[in-house]
Amino acid sequence: MGNRETSGIGKTLSRKSTFMKNKTLWLMLAPTIAYFILFCYLPMAGIWLAFTRFDFRLGFFKSPFVGMKNFEFLFKSGIMFRLLRNTVLYNLAFLIGGNLAQMICAVFLSDLKNKRFVKVSQNIIFLPYFISWVLVGLFSYALFNIDNGVINSVFRSLGLNTYNFYLKPNSWPPIITFFQIWKGLGYGSVIYLSVITGIEQDIYESARIDGATKWQQVRFITLPMIKPTFILLIMFNLGSILKGQFQLFYQIVGNNGVLFNATDIIDTYVYRSLMVNFDIGMGSAAGVFQSVFGCILVLSVNAIVKRINSDLALF
Amino acid sequence: MKDRNFHVRDDKGSRSFAIVGYSVMTIITIICFIPFWLMLMASISDEMSILTQGFSLIPRKISFAAYKSIFGGFSQLLRSYGLTIFVTVVGSAISLLLTSMTGYVLMRQDFKARNKVSFFIYFTSLFSGGVIPIYILYVKYLNLKNSVWALILPCILSPWNIFLMRNYMKSIPYSLVDASTIDGANDWQIYYRVILPLCKAGLATVGLFVALTYWNDWYHASLYITKESLYPLQYLLHRMLSNAEYMRQAAASGALVEEMAAPSETLKMATAVVVTGPILLLYPFIQKYFVKGIMVGSVKG
Repeated sequence: MGNRETSGIGKTLSRKSTFMKNKTLWLMLAPTIAYFILFCYLPMAGIWLAFTRFDFRLGFFKSPFVGMKNFEFLFKSGIMFRLLRNTVLYNLAFLIGGNLAQMICAVFLSDLKNKRFVKVSQNIIFLPYFISWVLVGLFSYALFNIDNGVINSVFRSLGLNTYNFYLKPNSWPPIITFFQIWKGLGYGSVIYLSVITGIEQDIYESARIDGATKWQQVRFITLPMIKPTFILLIMFNLGSILKGQFQLFYQIVGNNGVLFNATDIIDTYVYRSLMVNFDIGMGSAAGVFQSVFGCILVLSVNAIVKRINSDLALF
Repeated sequence: MKDRNFHVRDDKGSRSFAIVGYSVMTIITIICFIPFWLMLMASISDEMSILTQGFSLIPRKISFAAYKSIFGGFSQLLRSYGLTIFVTVVGSAISLLLTSMTGYVLMRQDFKARNKVSFFIYFTSLFSGGVIPIYILYVKYLNLKNSVWALILPCILSPWNIFLMRNYMKSIPYSLVDASTIDGANDWQIYYRVILPLCKAGLATVGLFVALTYWNDWYHASLYITKESLYPLQYLLHRMLSNAEYMRQAAASGALVEEMAAPSETLKMATAVVVTGPILLLYPFIQKYFVKGIMVGSVKG
């Protein structure tokens, strides 16, 4: 091919001919490209909604423009502060608690000798990953509701006072964090397990010859070996710290206004303004804030990782 | 070779390690399992015993009333079952076709734009217009409110699945593509005759991830579906949990007339069992594909 072609005409010609050569491939790609343009890139223009007082009848183009009013309201009323605080703190708890639990599982599962036990245990731990969030909501309800929930039944049979969790905002952060960790435990420990099984057995062998106990082997070999994975997972998830787990929150506490101070995150707020309050402009503003800063965060994290080790960067 | 001293020390360490390890893992395993057990037991409990004494790990009085009323002519659940199976099968089929074609093009080394296209796809996971513009697109401009396509379209393609598929295809020796080109096969034939048959594990994995997403989806139904005849299973369950009205409708349809008390708590649990049943039954067979998928997917693209 004309690699050294310098004239403009030559370039277009060769570009055209590679397109013709790859015509079938482009055709195979066409539905996918159309899909992403229609359902992902086109809605990006919807950022505009955050600057309007949206009226469904007037539609996208004719709704009145209000400038920064929506954002002003969100910040001055303190709503945005509450949403941001909740979203970030929950995600931090999920991230740190989740990764620690996954590492503990992986370390033990990789090293226990009874393979039958390991297999059964691993299968059961992975099970919650497969169920819907609706079921998680049902489980949480069955455990914590006041009338016949398991916890309150136990309280009652011990002669203690019952506790209405659904009226006490402070009881939910630990419960929500628990269910998030519970559901993701199996998935995450598979990642750590695959790292641990990749460690050379020779290293353990020589440590054993040097007289290292099992605990020392875990502390000085296994943990340092999974540390890079841990840091990497934490880093990248820090990038998406503004993304809320909508389904988790919505299924566990729903539209229970009593609990909002402790349980409302950006995503539940956006959903409510769309489906319950019909306050599209305000919801869009919160959503846009989340998208823009979320994207900036991911890009910064990626840039930092790239500086440290370019092989590990996402792009 | 092995000296005694070292053996003893090693044994000590491993014994305490094993004791702690087995105890911790047993507790974690039980915590993961108990909710499922509770659901199953509650579904075969007598309603009155739950209302008076609460849920328990062993049913105080066994009763299959809830299952009887589910399968006794109450047809909404069956209709939702049919709909969910339809959405899952059609959605997964379209998804697999598009995902595998895309994965194939992106693994072709002679496709010069592959990095640009990859980024075009990847970027959608970095930045999005958010829920509201997509909702308005679906409802106002595509007119998909109360359409089964509003349940199928949102989950067809995801960047993660596309890159997972591409990673699977990259593990096929590329010389096969070159050899087929020399043999005169065109791009489509290479995809259809060479790559797909060699990528069955990848297709199974991605297919199962997508099918699970469809089966467990209640969210898009909550956005786009208001007609009861189009409720998928999970959304039906969600409505049932959040809606006391559901019971009145069920009673009105005549299914529960013979019961003294409407078995609401047990009915919830029994419905949950029936809705989750297929996953739990298939779980032992499909689980390994997910494990593989997570490992292949976590390899950087």
